[in-house]
Amino acid sequence: MSLAAIKQYEMPRSERNLYLSFILIGFAHLMVGLFLGFMQGMQHAGIDLYRVIPIVRHYYQGLTIHGVFNVLVFTTFFIAGFLLFVTSTSLKKPINLRLGWITFCVMTIGLLLTDYAVFTNQASVLYTAYSPLEAHWTFYLGLALVVVGTWLQLLIVGRMVLQWRKENPGQRTPLLAFGALATLLMWGLASIPLAVLFVGILLPWSLDLIPGVDVLFNRTLFWMSGHPLVYFWLLPAYLSWYFMLPKQVGGKLFSEPLARLAFLLFIPLSLPVGFHHQYVDPGVAEGYKYIHFILTFAVFMPSVMTAFTVLASLETGGRARGGKGLLGWVTKLPWNDPSVTAQLLAMVLFALGGISGLINASYNMNLVVHNTLFVPGHFHLTVGTAVAMTFMGIVYWLVPHLTGRRLFSAKMGVVQAWLWFIGMTIMSRGMSWAGMLGAPRRTALGSAPYFMDEWVLPSWFTAIGGVILTISGFLFFINMLASLWLAPKAEKQVEVPVAEPLIDEGEKMPAWLDRYTVWAGAAVLLVAIAYTPALVKLISDLSMTVPGLKPY
Amino acid sequence: MHIDRYERNWIRFAGGLLVVFVAALTVAAVFLGVRLPGIAEQTIPIAQAGGEYDINKGWIRELAPRRYEVNMRARVWSFEPREIRIPAGSTVTFYIHSDDITHGIKIQNTTVSTMIFPGHVAKVTYTFDKPGEYVFVCHEYCGAGHHFMSGRVIVEE
Repeated sequence: MSLAAIKQYEMPRSERNLYLSFILIGFAHLMVGLFLGFMQGMQHAGIDLYRVIPIVRHYYQGLTIHGVFNVLVFTTFFIAGFLLFVTSTSLKKPINLRLGWITFCVMTIGLLLTDYAVFTNQASVLYTAYSPLEAHWTFYLGLALVVVGTWLQLLIVGRMVLQWRKENPGQRTPLLAFGALATLLMWGLASIPLAVLFVGILLPWSLDLIPGVDVLFNRTLFWMSGHPLVYFWLLPAYLSWYFMLPKQVGGKLFSEPLARLAFLLFIPLSLPVGFHHQYVDPGVAEGYKYIHFILTFAVFMPSVMTAFTVLASLETGGRARGGKGLLGWVTKLPWNDPSVTAQLLAMVLFALGGISGLINASYNMNLVVHNTLFVPGHFHLTVGTAVAMTFMGIVYWLVPHLTGRRLFSAKMGVVQAWLWFIGMTIMSRGMSWAGMLGAPRRTALGSAPYFMDEWVLPSWFTAIGGVILTISGFLFFINMLASLWLAPKAEKQVEVPVAEPLIDEGEKMPAWLDRYTVWAGAAVLLVAIAYTPALVKLISDLSMTVPGLKPY
Repeated sequence: MHIDRYERNWIRFAGGLLVVFVAALTVAAVFLGVRLPGIAEQTIPIAQAGGEYDINKGWIRELAPRRYEVNMRARVWSFEPREIRIPAGSTVTFYIHSDDITHGIKIQNTTVSTMIFPGHVAKVTYTFDKPGEYVFVCHEYCGAGHHFMSGRVIVEE
């Protein structure tokens, strides 16, 4: 390898600012969303803060902002900054900065429109935007622009990878860029139905250009994209667990082929699973629900592989640091590094989140948990911990790397991660428990006349867990703000952790583990099998007649 | 391509476990009758609906001893009827429709859970063996008063 190739890529300031802007906007919105989550937890325990702190008019406006900001804005903006950053770092050249800033502007304009709609209580329809609940047109247009931004990222990263391959014939795409492209490609395919729904139906409907909607057709379009969306959040976290975290703990990537295979499997398997959100929808055939049930179990498999490979990679690190015995290596991991601690604890709760997700996906078992608090109990472990805390963990090295300053306080970061872990364990337990006892989700339970005695204790779990999470979030933001402006300049730039594979597969690595076309083709084929007859029926029965309503 | 022996076994084990789960749930659906709402129910007209049994209203009627039919109407933010009295051991078929937007219904401590869409009729059947009060709630967000939307089935001795 030539010297030039080994040399670390020096990122120009304007490029670093682009990534930093994406990430900071994402986290600023998370901060607002988190505080509203705190108010919801208190409401469930009977403490109504909406009159005391009038930043929103009622529970459901707050809940809409909580959902939209935390899972749509925070995730998407962080992911934009992070994926573009890792692509540039691993291919050792700048992204197309002009296109990068255009992407930023498109997404930010979309975000401002969305912010306007939700803060003025003109879009309290929750993040799922189920029609015929109707929102202001700025809500639909704003979110559609954010999705367009993700397509522009696919364009940027896809072109860079193709260019790199031309310049490096016969070599495998570096892992980080490989994972970034797999993520963006999956989402690029998966987001098409959502774009059709928002731009083709909901936007003209909210402008009174079309009189009504077809409820079931819209739901089906939403969930065609809505479930792959969770893998769009998750894959960047996997990217860090597989290809970066092993280096941070002094280990190596245990199995490069299986890591690549897992990413590629997500391209086809993430897509044809939407009906598992519609198990109790009248009007969708049981047979199709059953097919999606089986396919949802199939998409569990790449995560099963991830569990093994990532743990084994961590073990190589723990043992290299002198860990002995069956579990002794765990204690040798660098638990004083907030980035590591945050991600390790995120994994622990993700194991539980994966299992509770399997319950949700379990066909007729869904009758018990559908639309109960069991579901948010599940996804606060997945997106709310596995994803969110991994992103926080990444930021603990990435922000110092981008600013050239030191992290303000590593100790505070470690405490923050543990508090999030403890708070989430308690809160999620409370939600799942109340859900098993029949408490509905998305409901201002504290004001519900039917509130049952046996929900009292679980609701207190939810509230107390929520308080701990809020404290954790507060510590995180203090640490971040101080790192941005107060922390001293670092003597040496923080390095980007890039894990080496444990075994160099060399020529033995099959070529199909570095190809995308065949996997994208498989995705299209699977979607066709899983959806075509259902969609044909929905379209032949299509009746866009139900008028909108804004009862909020 | 090298795959570690332990990893291979782990993948097989997890895959096998999923197959067992699928089999168990399939048995529950096919042989124990724990079914999801399906396509057949969406537009079934209620037998002889009309007059006092207007399809657009909420009502209860006895078809035979311990055999009831309920036409339920959901709208922002109430169910009609909101109280249903039946003797223990009754099998009730619910036909549920919405007048306005999407709602949902969950009857506590039963397997009754379905979405309610304008333009569709959801059909669910359940046998209430144990006497007591079964609260039902709207379980899909339907606006600022969503948490007021509820009712109860009273199963008498």
